[in-house]
Amino acid sequence: MSVVELDRIASEYNNKIEGFQKIIHICTGTGCVSSGALKVFNRLRDAIDSEGLTEKVLVKKTGCHGLCERGPIVVFGNDEILYQTVGKRNVEDDVKLLIATIKDDQIAEKLLYRGDDKTKRYVSTHDIPFYSGQTRLVLALNGIIDPEIIEDYIVHGGYRALVKALSMHRDEIIEWIDKSGLRGKGGGGFPTGVKWRSCKTAEGSPRYVLANGDEGDPGAFMDRSLMEGNPHAILEGMIIGAYAIGSNQGYIYVRDEYPLAVERLSKAIGQAREYGFLGNDIFHSGFDFDIEIFRGGGAFVCGESTALMTSIEGQAGEPRAKYIHTVEKGLREKPTNLNNVETWASVPEIINKGWEWFSSIGTELSKGTKVFSLVGKVNNTGLVEVPMGMTLKEIIFGLGGGIQGGKKFKAVQTGGPSGGCIPEEYLEMPVDFDSLTKLGSMMGSGGMIVMDERSCMVDVARYFLKFLVEESCGKCTPCREGVRRMYEIVDRICSGNGGEGDIEHLEELARAIGLGSLCGLGQSAPNPVLSTLKFFKEEYRIHIEEKKCPAGVCKSLITLHINPEKCTGCMRCASECPVGCITGEKKQVHTIDQTTCIKCGNCYDVCHFDAVTIE
Amino acid sequence: MVEFKINGKQVKAEKGETVLAVAIREGFAIPTLCHHDVLGADGRCRLCVVEVRRGNRKRIVTSCLYPVENSIDVFTESDDVKLVRMTVLELLLARCPFSEVIQYLAKQYGVNTVRYTKDNDKGKCILCNTCVKTCETLVGVAALGMTGKGPLKKVSTPFDEPSDVCIGCGACVVACPTGHIYMEDRDGFRTIWRKKFELARCPACGRYHAPVEQLEFISKKSGVAIDELRICQNCK
Repeated sequence: MSVVELDRIASEYNNKIEGFQKIIHICTGTGCVSSGALKVFNRLRDAIDSEGLTEKVLVKKTGCHGLCERGPIVVFGNDEILYQTVGKRNVEDDVKLLIATIKDDQIAEKLLYRGDDKTKRYVSTHDIPFYSGQTRLVLALNGIIDPEIIEDYIVHGGYRALVKALSMHRDEIIEWIDKSGLRGKGGGGFPTGVKWRSCKTAEGSPRYVLANGDEGDPGAFMDRSLMEGNPHAILEGMIIGAYAIGSNQGYIYVRDEYPLAVERLSKAIGQAREYGFLGNDIFHSGFDFDIEIFRGGGAFVCGESTALMTSIEGQAGEPRAKYIHTVEKGLREKPTNLNNVETWASVPEIINKGWEWFSSIGTELSKGTKVFSLVGKVNNTGLVEVPMGMTLKEIIFGLGGGIQGGKKFKAVQTGGPSGGCIPEEYLEMPVDFDSLTKLGSMMGSGGMIVMDERSCMVDVARYFLKFLVEESCGKCTPCREGVRRMYEIVDRICSGNGGEGDIEHLEELARAIGLGSLCGLGQSAPNPVLSTLKFFKEEYRIHIEEKKCPAGVCKSLITLHINPEKCTGCMRCASECPVGCITGEKKQVHTIDQTTCIKCGNCYDVCHFDAVTIE
Repeated sequence: MVEFKINGKQVKAEKGETVLAVAIREGFAIPTLCHHDVLGADGRCRLCVVEVRRGNRKRIVTSCLYPVENSIDVFTESDDVKLVRMTVLELLLARCPFSEVIQYLAKQYGVNTVRYTKDNDKGKCILCNTCVKTCETLVGVAALGMTGKGPLKKVSTPFDEPSDVCIGCGACVVACPTGHIYMEDRDGFRTIWRKKFELARCPACGRYHAPVEQLEFISKKSGVAIDELRICQNCK
């Protein structure tokens, strides 16, 4: 195989699709599929057939486009037109609008993205701030290629990096990765080149390369979208890495809850084998390499490197001490190089464009880009890829379009369940590995949960602790017993039974768990408590001393009232109350029956007149 | 040969030894629960933590697993070590309030109060894995395993049912550091892990001395005739 041959494959595929006058991309990422993208795809195909346009229009199923909040997303041609929420209300009507665009270039105003002020309409993807503010390297082809067609990847430059890498010296590849400044994007931020070199020089054989696709943070779907949207980029990165390190066997560890990722990766592996990108004597270089998929059982801890390896070995997913690094003794006690799927997917472009190009993006110590899943109380929830060093404010208010419902920003939680909450005063903070760690949070795999004024930080800590209690593997005492005791204390505070000394006790316990736990999960498990205590201690104090929840969330500590001076008797709250405890006649003041109120806060959220108060 | 310091004392060790082994040889007391001389360690209980300093870097490690290294400074009683050790003991005492071993260790290391609601469903099990490893590697039957995760993790036979492979030898009972595993010999029968075993009677002294299934297992493994094994150790 050579570049000439790749060009041949590309031009053959191009010949196949060149007859099409229009190409339409329908996002079939998980978010859009759940909003009905497949129905749109099928109906549009039918409509195209019945209009006699089958030979003229190519409809492609692509991976996640990122703007999940506005799905299903349909993009025409080379990002010329972006339609949002297509078929969300009425599939037939929207398909008619799509056909009109296809036939007469008639733009459907109704399906265009609108800005925050709801007046300006954007036609092209490039003009929408959510996209224009991003730098898409890893996600560059997500939304463009059909992840199930290898030729589509090749047409877009795929596997050229592999051809180039196989002509390079193995040490030179590692030097490039080293100099590019690429760091582990699964959360650790460890320099990738250093890891590769240590694994290459470690004694023992065989050597393994592993890809971590066990993403398990609540609200995170970066790895999933990448595996589903561009599986070949991951494979290509792994093959290059395996060649440089001297490995003949790779594994991709994917959580079993991601069936589509498993399906697309399996397909991709099969296609790569057919072309000889995987298998024996790859491109007559004498280098053999193959990849197997390992499906994890869904334990959060299996995203931890040693637990992941124990799991592949067929044991229960429990971590091991890393006093001897896994690059020396990892899977089956052999030298093992584990990188996150996003890290692997960054490799081909570094080889294609050079390390200088990659290291020109990002900050001094954090190079390149990072994909974040931006979720919570932000207007544009979805997947974004930004250069390292972009500020939290730019991400949340620029790309994210600010807080839903015009509410006030309170905090952003980064780094998954064992990350931390960052308050407003640090919004100008650049997002990179080191800055977030300094604030007591972490980059983690890239989850970003935005919280507004209606979020109680003690309750947030309680939520993440509960997750960690359930996901602790239970191997070591501080994590298994300590985290559940932290949960008990925080839960007590939320139910109004907090007492003097609880905060000090939490701080002491958190420190001991951080110091004494076996693996990264336990060591970082106290972060939700420590970071909320650091920035929102007053909120804890009010819960404990005044038995009040300032954000109006902790049910034991709040009562809801209707202010008779503000109530207009619109009856909205009464109709939204799930237990029917609000009574009142039309245009008369309403009242809440405190004995049956379940304090869900629906009335507060729906009242247009600020008449409902939480005390 | 590796040279380093423990609590300021210069010590020598072989490469590959653990800090725990060297510390004990040199006369430093480090408490352990899950560590076993024969079965090794996997760092579960976290009681044997020590502080290892190298230059400006310091970290808390489990001495049962940490391999000796040149020029490290090990501290067995630093403030951080005490914090972790006392926390672990308080947590274990809350989990297993009736374990005499944990009560003793807690007292010895200054844990006088337990600030948590005590568990009453965990018995004396601290999930140290010693019984599981004993059964698998020493006895060779693997009747036990860990199930569940987090607070629901426990040691049990598969599906909590009487195990097909358990031979009732009771090695797990002997190995358990806290005395958690229940075993009872009565009227010629042994009960352990929800399974009832018929005990073999010594033809010489008439004493019940081992489950028939255990003798059959040994006979099969060693080739020694079952009748010979029926004679108890005292009468041999």
